[in-house]
Amino acid sequence: MKDLSQEVATGPLLSVRGLTKRYGNHIGCGDVSFDLWPGEVMGIVGESGSGKTTLLRSMAGHLTPDEGQVIFATRAHGACDTVTMSEPERRMLGRTDWAFVHQHARDGLRMGVSAGGNVGERLMAVGARHYGDIRGQAADWLERVEIAASRIDDRPTTFSGGMQQRLQIARNLVTGPRLVFMDEPTGGLDVSVQARLLDLLRGLVRDMGLSAVIVTHDLAVVRLLADRLMVMKDGHVVEAGLTDQVLDDPQHAYSQLLVSSVLQV
Amino acid sequence: MTDQSYNFAYLDEQTKRMIRRAILKGLAVPGYQVPFASREMPMPYGWGTGGVQVSAAVLTPDDTFKVIDQGADDTTNAVSIRKFFEKTASVATTTHTGEADVIQTRHRIPEEPLTEDQILVYQVPIPEPLRFLEPRETETRKMHALEEYGLMHVRLYEDIARHGHIATAYAYPVRVEGRYVMDPSPIPKFDNPKLESPAIQLFGAGREQRIYALPPYSKVVSLDFEDHPFDPSKAPHPCALCGADDSYLDEIITDDRGGRMFVCSDTDYCTARRDAGHLGEQAQ
Amino acid sequence: MIDLIDVSKTFTLHNQGSAVIRVMRGANLHVEAGECVALTGASGSGKSTLMRMIYGNYLAASGVIRVGDVDVTRAEPREILAMRREVLGYVSQFLRVVPRVSTLDVVADPLRAVGVAEAPAQARAAELLARLNVPERLWSLSPTTFSGGEQQRVNIARGFARAYPALLLDEPTASLDGANRAIVLELIEEAKAGGAAIVGIFHDEEARAQVADREVDVTSYTPARAA
Repeated sequence: MKDLSQEVATGPLLSVRGLTKRYGNHIGCGDVSFDLWPGEVMGIVGESGSGKTTLLRSMAGHLTPDEGQVIFATRAHGACDTVTMSEPERRMLGRTDWAFVHQHARDGLRMGVSAGGNVGERLMAVGARHYGDIRGQAADWLERVEIAASRIDDRPTTFSGGMQQRLQIARNLVTGPRLVFMDEPTGGLDVSVQARLLDLLRGLVRDMGLSAVIVTHDLAVVRLLADRLMVMKDGHVVEAGLTDQVLDDPQHAYSQLLVSSVLQV
Repeated sequence: MTDQSYNFAYLDEQTKRMIRRAILKGLAVPGYQVPFASREMPMPYGWGTGGVQVSAAVLTPDDTFKVIDQGADDTTNAVSIRKFFEKTASVATTTHTGEADVIQTRHRIPEEPLTEDQILVYQVPIPEPLRFLEPRETETRKMHALEEYGLMHVRLYEDIARHGHIATAYAYPVRVEGRYVMDPSPIPKFDNPKLESPAIQLFGAGREQRIYALPPYSKVVSLDFEDHPFDPSKAPHPCALCGADDSYLDEIITDDRGGRMFVCSDTDYCTARRDAGHLGEQAQ
Repeated sequence: MIDLIDVSKTFTLHNQGSAVIRVMRGANLHVEAGECVALTGASGSGKSTLMRMIYGNYLAASGVIRVGDVDVTRAEPREILAMRREVLGYVSQFLRVVPRVSTLDVVADPLRAVGVAEAPAQARAAELLARLNVPERLWSLSPTTFSGGEQQRVNIARGFARAYPALLLDEPTASLDGANRAIVLELIEEAKAGGAAIVGIFHDEEARAQVADREVDVTSYTPARAA
């Protein structure tokens, strides 16, 4: 699972190089570079408008970056720049090896489709054509995200916020992706619901050997979930390192301000 | 109304050429929805404006024309469209499937097998089969372009989850020549096997400004699951008038005490059978 | 196993007039496998700072910190993560866990992280919790609600779940009663016998005397306070 020698041998899962996205004269995110290795969880923190969501969406192909590369180690063809790959290939990646968890569950779910249909969609998108198997896997995933299998035919509109978010996670992970992008996955949830979600995510990350990039403004979330941390300000990464090191011994003025501005976590 | 009042088949020649180009493109890319500049027609949307424009573009003065609505030649919609072309194109009309060169239809495929010499024109209300789950046209066009059709099966999945079987009984989605997923217009799924036909089949959606087509003998597969295969079943009765047990039936309420009868929805087929001496249990 | 050469540490407080605080310089430390070195010095002399630098939690300003093959001052984050998983255990004074995770899973966590299956990992966790007298009825609960002493024992169980080749112990016997203190000292002796290189902070002088082979006074590394 987390065999270091194998990680070294296979290289990074994701290599971001000089990624820049501009909005006119304004820099959304500027010249961001980093490597993400298999099994690593990277947090990106910063205040609103710091460019963290722009960076995430540029990496995930939701926005077209102006400069830079997002190199992903694909199963079939090894390292490929996803910025220059064809749209069908990128969209296929988005249904198979990549997943994207939106802050608002309703952006990531089909609200008019049952929970089972929501989870099954990615399976059907990659060719599953056996109803019984699809339903079985959907039920299995609902239980893994702690939604009673008896709710399989209910629409997400009847679910609480926390359940919707867990359903979105199940829908994303059912095809066994290797990289998950998460945009404020615990935002807007009650604290107790957040804890449950964090615990769930941690378990899934470990059990599936997932790599993840998590954007959040919540330092408690990154401390518990992320191995590594990038701090962004005005579109640029001002500090990066081990999560606990950045939080406990921040080097940059802005990181120090950020860490000292929150209640002790 | 005089013959000079309208160009042949109502539309001007340039418009008909534009529609023919869309039809040819549709035939060249089976199942692909070709946008066309739909004209205002002297009838409301929903009354077959798309089908009428396609018929106008393919009719020649020598053609014999037939119109059916839910299989019947004698309903308001069928009668008014037939009259429309009698007046504006002076074409011969018929109710006999075998005698027609062009058949415009709403919601049915005739029971009598079509031939290579015939054209079947469908009236289509909603051409986009993916709209049910994805309302954005920009997105559905991309999904067609990239063959991302998982969503169609989500629709069927929802059916089975809710009803225990695929409850979609009409407008049942099909995949054409292994490529485009197509809405066959609201024909009953019973008619889906007949989509593989020697005739040319043209689909016109007036309000949505789309034309698509099936060339003769196109492979048309109804979507399904391995463990819930496509089933083109119909009501398990014979026709009360002609006794046919292989035709699609309409249920007719005969009184207010629960009395009902099942009769062929294809009036020409039923009449021809009765003329040939086949009688059902309620035939007079 | 653990080597520190001429290590220094400064804190730059950017938001307080960029004040630079020099907290350590010229720190040297060498710990062999199977050896336990106790850090001593008055409160504030930098014992915890030194320990945190070895763990990679604080960045050293200069010098070399080697744990096994890894130079902590120059390693990539993932190398430090691997080191923490495979080589260097840490029993801190604080328990930081996701609320809601059961005590058994918290203790089994270091084993799960290196690929041990759930059942044997939990069996080992149960063995340690039992030995440290954490009542079995608490095992399925989150330790976030436990008393200080109970949390401390959970932390210790977690730190000893794996036989790390190197171990950092920050006040492992604080807030423990005599019986549990004896068990912790036993665990430390066992780890030493197993070849672990240990750096510890023990305010408990008796405990220190019992397990430490040497003492290093970090006061000698503390620069004169800049006025």
